[in-house]
Amino acid sequence: MALRQAWQKAGKVLNGGALVSPGSTFARALSTSSDPLTLEIPVPFKGHKVDPPSSTVETSAAELVDFFRTMFVMRRMEIAADSLYKSKFIRGFCHLYDGQEAVCVGMEAALNDKDCIITAYRDHCTHLGRGGTVLEVFAELMGRKDGCSLGKGGSMHMYNKKGGFYGGNGIVGAQTPLGAGLAFAQKYLKVDGVTLAMYGDGAANQGQLFEAMNISALWDLPVIYVCENNHYGMGTAEWRSAKSPEYYKRGDYVPGLKVDGMDCLAVKQAVKFAKEYSLKNGPMVLEMDTYRYHGHSMSDPGSTYRTRDEISGVRQERDPIERIRKLLLSHEFASVADLKAIEKEAKKEVEDALAKAKESPSPDAPELFSHIYRKSYGAEAYGADRKESTVKLP
Amino acid sequence: MVRRRFSFGLVSRLSSPIYGRSPCSGGIWTPCLGQKRSFMTAKDLVESEEPEKKVTNRINMFSAINQALHTVLDSDPKSYVFGEDVGFGGVFRCTTALRDKFGRHRVFNTPLCEQAIVGFGIGLASMGNRAIAEIQFADYIFPALDQIVNEAAKYRYRSGNLFNCGGLTVRAPYGAVGHGGHYHSQSPEAFFCHVPGIKVVIPRSPSQAKGLLLASIRDPNPVVFFEPKWLYRLAVEEVPVDDYTLPLSSAEVMRKGSDITLVGWGAQLAIMEEACDEVSKLGISCELIDLRTLIPWDKELVEDSVNKTGRLLVSHEAPVTGGFGAEIAASITNSCFLRLQAPVSRVCGLDTPFPLVFEPFYMPTKNKELQTLGL
Repeated sequence: MALRQAWQKAGKVLNGGALVSPGSTFARALSTSSDPLTLEIPVPFKGHKVDPPSSTVETSAAELVDFFRTMFVMRRMEIAADSLYKSKFIRGFCHLYDGQEAVCVGMEAALNDKDCIITAYRDHCTHLGRGGTVLEVFAELMGRKDGCSLGKGGSMHMYNKKGGFYGGNGIVGAQTPLGAGLAFAQKYLKVDGVTLAMYGDGAANQGQLFEAMNISALWDLPVIYVCENNHYGMGTAEWRSAKSPEYYKRGDYVPGLKVDGMDCLAVKQAVKFAKEYSLKNGPMVLEMDTYRYHGHSMSDPGSTYRTRDEISGVRQERDPIERIRKLLLSHEFASVADLKAIEKEAKKEVEDALAKAKESPSPDAPELFSHIYRKSYGAEAYGADRKESTVKLP
Repeated sequence: MVRRRFSFGLVSRLSSPIYGRSPCSGGIWTPCLGQKRSFMTAKDLVESEEPEKKVTNRINMFSAINQALHTVLDSDPKSYVFGEDVGFGGVFRCTTALRDKFGRHRVFNTPLCEQAIVGFGIGLASMGNRAIAEIQFADYIFPALDQIVNEAAKYRYRSGNLFNCGGLTVRAPYGAVGHGGHYHSQSPEAFFCHVPGIKVVIPRSPSQAKGLLLASIRDPNPVVFFEPKWLYRLAVEEVPVDDYTLPLSSAEVMRKGSDITLVGWGAQLAIMEEACDEVSKLGISCELIDLRTLIPWDKELVEDSVNKTGRLLVSHEAPVTGGFGAEIAASITNSCFLRLQAPVSRVCGLDTPFPLVFEPFYMPTKNKELQTLGL
């Protein structure tokens, strides 16, 4: 008995004072078990011309912890980007993804490296999900050499070749026909992967989307159109811009599914289901019901077209990170201290990456002229300060 | 000779039917009183510039444009302003207070669909209305390029003057803004200058913007009106409060000179003015011309100027290859060949996509102008 009490005391100290249940080991209460675990998704799916998948999803403790960690890193990264923008390290446009992390994290849980993703400009976290690093993201945002696009793209144009992430596109809706093309290549080359062509509720009214859907349905392409419906196209609410804001039905002959986009597990289930469907039958539309806490971009306060109560309400009730936190705590896969440790680690990771990115230099002058065509042509450039600088390209 | 600087009528100087010179072209146009500008030299134009004393307000460009839109919606009950986010005032505040004053049926938001916005505007205009479509950034105008080129520009021609969409005006903010990057800084005017049937108009200042916009809206031809976004807040000047138009297809000599002619439009003129000021200290006298309307452009005025000076420099933000400067250069070389003392030079943007971090290298800065002027 005394020994047990001594172990418990030791456990308390090692765990930063948190209570450790007698059954678990005192060294780490954090469960890294990959034993299958079934959970119920609270918000049911809604199907259009397809039977929705079951709302029981298979996951594991390790996966949930991973969700938490990844989403927390993403959240910290976006908030750091916010302050970088305000201190003018980032110039131009910066569209933040905080609030919507569950969509890309849930997607990645159901995909592998044979799949491709193409999205619009709110792409920092999608890039991370596809294998990018926080350093690459920060450096790209600040226009430095170590950025994923060599500093030439900026916030809106992040790409990852190995991860099959085709960006990062500025003109909304224009990426959807590209997605159809990617899917065609996958089908033709028998890659056994799907393409997720992502777009927002604003872009859902672009003609090119319907052209792409028609083509992909006609040719049974393995493309999944993911509508990240954060309910506001810049400042316009969905009911003001769309006659039918039920974006999962807009495919008409293309079956669709409406998913609670703030729930990682629901997103994972939906994407898994859609991937199986798509590889056999052709395109599908997934509408992710999600929300962004920031405005459209850094020049939008985000509160002129929606109330602060609405924003804080969503943050309290539907925040994706809090949801996973509650799951982890209620199932005792992790203690409060464990989660704090993970958060601390994540903050450190983000800060380190930020410091390193700030040291990265700007791209060299020849980069202005390189990669316009595959083979560069010799060019002469006059510098901004009256000194002639001739740029010789290979 | 009595010449009013600001005319209420419009002079159509080309005789082809594409520009609707006939008075029976829908009644939105008042024929002007026999002013033949082609025999005027630039000198005459500038000397007769003595505007009557007008009541003015010191405002910036977006306010001037806002005033012009208020005037149009006031004076013509069949005019409409629409585009993405115009209801609350637009992302650049050009359409502030219009919806409150004129109602949701005349000032309304559209969904995110440029091709449909312009197509819808063409349809509206072909029934005799003034459709003023706003494209949020000129970079987004490309989905609508088909509508402008194939539907708007050719409507009068292919219907044998039975129908036309002259009431269409497409407004778009264009040009660099310092941090716009690839998709918020482009200058696509050259794409539209290649299309007979439309007019392309670019103002350089608030007072010009108001007058040219009023003229463009009332012109019986479809007009693409590019507004230099850098100047929306930055350019402030005295703008007459009343309703006035400035003539289209009429360039303006901003300063007289005798050694070299400089031609530009939009925000680039401010840069060129600085360059002119610097070289004037060295005794070089520059004649600076604001083209104002890119097509159909005031060839005569530029030719007269080059015939006087013997040298020409054209400057624009768009990439140099295939930019509108190329057309001016070719045309002037053709007509003033024997008078030219040096080849026509162009100081323009580089042949790259509009860069993000490299913007200061890309832009045709004052130093590049000076370098080309030979200093």
